[in-house]
Amino acid sequence: MTTPSSPPRAPHQVLDATDIARVVTRIAHEIVERAKGAEDVVLLGIHTRGVHLARRLRAKLAQITGRDIPFGTLDITMYRDDLRLKPARALEHTEIPAEGIDGKLVILVDDVLFSGRTIRAALDALNDIGRPRAVRLAVLVDRGHRELPIRADYVGKNLPTSLREAVQVRLSESDGLDAVLLGDRDYAARSSQALAADPELPE
Amino acid sequence: MTTYLIRNAQILGGAPQDIHIVDGVFAAIGEDLDVQADIDIDAHGLVALPGLVDLHTHLREPGREDAETVLTGTRAAAMGGYTAVHAMANTFPVADSAGVVEQVWRLGRESGYCDVQPVGAVTVGLEGKQLAELGAMHDSAAGVRVFSDDGKCVDDAVIMRRALEYVKAFDGVIAQHAQEPRLTAGAQMNEGRVSGELGLGGWPAVAEESIIARDVLLAAHVGSRVHICHLSTAGSVEIVRWAKAKGWDVTAEVTPHHLLLTDELVRSYDPVYKVNPPLRTAADVEALRQALADGTIDAVATDHAPHPAEDKDCEWAAAAMGMVGLETALSVVQQTMVDTGLLNWEGVADRMSHRPARIGRLAGHGRPVSVGEPANLVLFDPAYRGVVNPDTFATRSRNSPYRGMDLPGRVHATFLRGEATVLAGELVER
Amino acid sequence: MKRHLVSTADLGRDDALLILDTAEELSQFSGRAVKKLPTLRGRTVVNLFFEDSTRTKTSFEVAEKRLSADVINFSAKGSSVSKGESLKDTALTLQAMGADAVVIRHHASGAPARLAGSDWLHGSVINAGDGTHEHPTQALLDAFTLRRHLNPGPGHDLAGRRVAIVGDVLHSRVARSNVHLLTTLGAEVVFVAPPTLLPIGIETWPCRVSYDLDSVLPEVDAVMMLRVQRERMNAAFFPTEREYSRRYGLDGTRLAKLPEHAVVMHPGPMVRGMEITAEVADSPRCTVVEQVANGVSVRMAVLYLLLGGAVFADGHADAPRTELQEAAQ
Ligand SMILES: [Zn+2]
Repeated sequence: MTTPSSPPRAPHQVLDATDIARVVTRIAHEIVERAKGAEDVVLLGIHTRGVHLARRLRAKLAQITGRDIPFGTLDITMYRDDLRLKPARALEHTEIPAEGIDGKLVILVDDVLFSGRTIRAALDALNDIGRPRAVRLAVLVDRGHRELPIRADYVGKNLPTSLREAVQVRLSESDGLDAVLLGDRDYAARSSQALAADPELPE
Repeated sequence: MTTYLIRNAQILGGAPQDIHIVDGVFAAIGEDLDVQADIDIDAHGLVALPGLVDLHTHLREPGREDAETVLTGTRAAAMGGYTAVHAMANTFPVADSAGVVEQVWRLGRESGYCDVQPVGAVTVGLEGKQLAELGAMHDSAAGVRVFSDDGKCVDDAVIMRRALEYVKAFDGVIAQHAQEPRLTAGAQMNEGRVSGELGLGGWPAVAEESIIARDVLLAAHVGSRVHICHLSTAGSVEIVRWAKAKGWDVTAEVTPHHLLLTDELVRSYDPVYKVNPPLRTAADVEALRQALADGTIDAVATDHAPHPAEDKDCEWAAAAMGMVGLETALSVVQQTMVDTGLLNWEGVADRMSHRPARIGRLAGHGRPVSVGEPANLVLFDPAYRGVVNPDTFATRSRNSPYRGMDLPGRVHATFLRGEATVLAGELVER
Repeated sequence: MKRHLVSTADLGRDDALLILDTAEELSQFSGRAVKKLPTLRGRTVVNLFFEDSTRTKTSFEVAEKRLSADVINFSAKGSSVSKGESLKDTALTLQAMGADAVVIRHHASGAPARLAGSDWLHGSVINAGDGTHEHPTQALLDAFTLRRHLNPGPGHDLAGRRVAIVGDVLHSRVARSNVHLLTTLGAEVVFVAPPTLLPIGIETWPCRVSYDLDSVLPEVDAVMMLRVQRERMNAAFFPTEREYSRRYGLDGTRLAKLPEHAVVMHPGPMVRGMEITAEVADSPRCTVVEQVANGVSVRMAVLYLLLGGAVFADGHADAPRTELQEAAQ
């Protein structure tokens, strides 16, 4: 099937910086609420932008609870199921809090939930690290099109998309500004700027 | 016998002339000959040279017929423009007796493509210990005049001295494969920058040069002539030049591959470049070309060394040494010597026909292209350009280092005593 | 295009740092209770050893198993396979078995290059030591160890560091691989050996050469002792074992001449009493044991990167992005 001849659409903004800040605050409150004061919570950010979001959540939770929430980072590259399809890449740093995750409530944090394969890989990685009491998932955007029985517990925004579209999350820590953009995949692929800003399309 | 009229051939690269071949000899040579012949050949643009003579060919028969036979080797020789080849003695059994040299000689006669002059071994079994029956080999039907343990060096100075002296009785010559064995134990390639980087056992130039130095001194001392096989280093050239300046009876040959290829090729670890003596450096190549041009080196000799595919389709250390060369020799010489202006066609005839025949005391070869002489002739097309494809070679083996290379020139026709062995670039079946 | 690791000369600075950084991350996993990663599940890695080498083979095997690869050990030593011609047949067999990577140790210099350059098999070729040519993963683990001691941190190289490599350079594949890699990483290499044990042409290598160990020691950040086989003595490379160790061996007195921070390395197996005394070998400044541990991480990194389609130097990944990949995202 060839695509219609209309030129690919430029991405448009779905969330701006204020939206993202509000969403992070809301999720933090939800965590405190549902996790009973976030007593045994460990935040694990999934590289790359999940780590930025987890840091923001951690700061917000510290404000709300007055406590320091254990925080770690997770690189799931070695657990990917698509090594044959995508070239190997450099590994990011995986850092598990010193107290570990055994018996804890681990909240995985990522930017976009799409096929669910990244989260599958993250769950496998967790399995090799320890035995949490439970694992929850927080994402900034859920764009649908799941290929695995995985759902998010905390969602910043549900964003219905077509498979032809690409979601680009930009965070000031790595991209200089906060925004979530939605546009045609073709456009994203053609725009070298878009590629430079986001070499790996989300998930 | 078939008669031929060759029209407008450039004899030794000179002005176009017609050549009439009748009864195995050049019957007439001149412009616009008014004669009849069975076959007319248009030789416009072709250079006519006396049939080439190779001092150094490995025909492998008897013993390694999977690599080459006298028949396939002489067909390859004809395709290369040769009318006589010297068949090296390192066969199985070794050509160290009258029986073996006569067998090889007879096989050559039967092939009909090229005269085969057997080389006799200097020592029994090429072992360097006891002189072979040099006189018997000379007295045999093969009439051996050139003796060599090629593949191995006659490294014992006393044996070498005696051999040099002994063959004086019948005007023989010892052709030395100069390789000091202790200095080359485990050697895999030229010792130098590349061998150091590749971690391959080094084959120092001095291993060749020290033997040559010793042997020219020995030859001078006993008043014999000595021939040095496949000179490969600039140092060897210097020694031979010095010996000739002294007036000593020293001759030397160089292979086409040492005129063109360098040890940089070994970086591929492709054993097609593994050869004895090894490919040397660009400076050596340059010195060899100059020496061939100024006559310090007397002859181009192919060291045609066929090997079956499995002996090259392996790692470097396990591979056999040697390259096929009969069918590309003249092209390589054109590229390295003629096209560079170092040698004209007259010089090519001298280094590839006259002098090798003279060194081998080969009657009937290396004669001038003139009326009454035996009609041993090659017609060569120097304007031809083509990519070397060993799969089309007449030799049984495919171990050519020139595969895929652009080389100039092509043999158009070869005549052995008035009979065409090659016509229009194709072997004449017989 | 290189999807093989045959020589460290093929590694650019970025390639080398990618391997070291990846190894650094992977080394974390060796501290965990569950050391295994699923990364190479379903991939077949063949260890093709034409030469005995318990250490290197074990190290590769551990690395392969930690990445969940299917491991086939193909020991060619002593069998009919050790004869030369059959390198090709062996390769064809491995190809038929579906080898995704072949780790090869061979007594002939260039055998891995020959495999990689042939069409006998299509998997990645990893050189685990060929003759007196190269041993790239050894050099990588040496660089990894050096970096940890001299300039730790991801993305860091060895710029300005000086490493002495002492001993039988002539016959050492470790020395050849190290001179390329350490130079690429910005370090300066000084070879120290008797002239008989240095290759002809070494003046063209990117290194300094010294015949005098004592003068070199005070100015280096690391000294790497190469194994010297006693048998070399019989070929007149040096007169006696005693004279060799007196002039080129590392003992306590010489150790004291090294700067405080400098480390002593050895690719193993050590010949105690020859190139190194027991006192030095067992000193805390000797990184031999550490090198062994680092070897596993480095080999995991190489396997992951090569089988994951990374391409070292002058190339780019084979597969362009396809519809299939898009769908898999
Ligand atoms: Zn020879």
